[in-house]
Amino acid sequence: MLLDMFKTFFKIGAFTIGGGYAMIPIIQEEIVDKKGWIKEEDFLDVVAVSQGSPGPVAVNVSIFVGYKLNGLKGALTCMLGTVLPSFLIILLIATVFFQYRNHPVIAKMFMGIRPAVVALIASAVYKMAKRSNLNTIKILVGIATVLIIVFTDISPVYLIIIGGLFAIIYNNSKKKIEEG
Amino acid sequence: MGNLIKLFVSFFKIGAFSFGGGYAMLPLMKETVIDHHNWLTNAEFIDILAISEMTPGPIAINMATFLGYRVSGFIGSAVATIAVVLPSFIVMSLIFHFVNKFKDSPYADYFFRGIRPIVLGLIAAAAVSVAMDAYVDIKSVIISIVLFYLVTFKKLKAIPAIILAGLVGIIVY
Repeated sequence: MLLDMFKTFFKIGAFTIGGGYAMIPIIQEEIVDKKGWIKEEDFLDVVAVSQGSPGPVAVNVSIFVGYKLNGLKGALTCMLGTVLPSFLIILLIATVFFQYRNHPVIAKMFMGIRPAVVALIASAVYKMAKRSNLNTIKILVGIATVLIIVFTDISPVYLIIIGGLFAIIYNNSKKKIEEG
Repeated sequence: MGNLIKLFVSFFKIGAFSFGGGYAMLPLMKETVIDHHNWLTNAEFIDILAISEMTPGPIAINMATFLGYRVSGFIGSAVATIAVVLPSFIVMSLIFHFVNKFKDSPYADYFFRGIRPIVLGLIAAAAVSVAMDAYVDIKSVIISIVLFYLVTFKKLKAIPAIILAGLVGIIVY
């Protein structure tokens, strides 16, 4: 069982490019549809919890599924399976990357690739903004975040803590007022 | 040994405060590895990011492995990778054992809905800060705008986009 779990998550880790959100449908196909390890509605709960927790979504899902299947041993096995392909592939690339990075052709290639990275991130912002029902306050908070990060030394850590706590206090007092 | 401890603390913090996917943790990662520790240049950071997008697995893991290797070789990559997933493991373990309490709590819901516009701002800030290093001339700005259009409206995927940009770079520079 443990070996099967390891192999399944290793495959998921090895063949999903594009980060966490691209991995979710593939994880679902493997563990809900093919293996039947988890029911679909449970899987959706797992994904929701994983998205709300810190860290890569795919890693969080693998840990949670591992716990459900085989406790602590299962969680460690599934996590290792998800992370190991990344680790091995990057290790392989990293050993040669810093030697060849200054080769003239490679250097030119990366001159072209850097603006592409901007395009990919900007595209993610655009798509996310379109999906997320922005109102004036949310847009102002977003813009303020950009300005603070780009122009000050204030850490993103504080923004997340302050923003989260403020939302809790605000919604809580709103609820209390509504309840009278 | 000093560097390994710094790597561990840095990536544990990055793992603990990365909400909303790989891109959202870029400002924190940049602040930690470049501004605080001077482990690499801005250009190297972007190049590593590009490779992390093209290779399988979550971007945060790929970046941790790569940066760990840059700082302390194989041991560094192992330390950074373990450190970045450890918060996930701790939090998911807690949630698994107290799952019902967590799901029923409105506070968790308020928290995550509250930070959503901040997460969006963090990703936008990552785009701005990468642009400040990537836009070196008019050619790079044009490459970026064209690719933004293709990726956003023509469904061009990340890997073909990066390969295309690399080829254009070899031709125009």
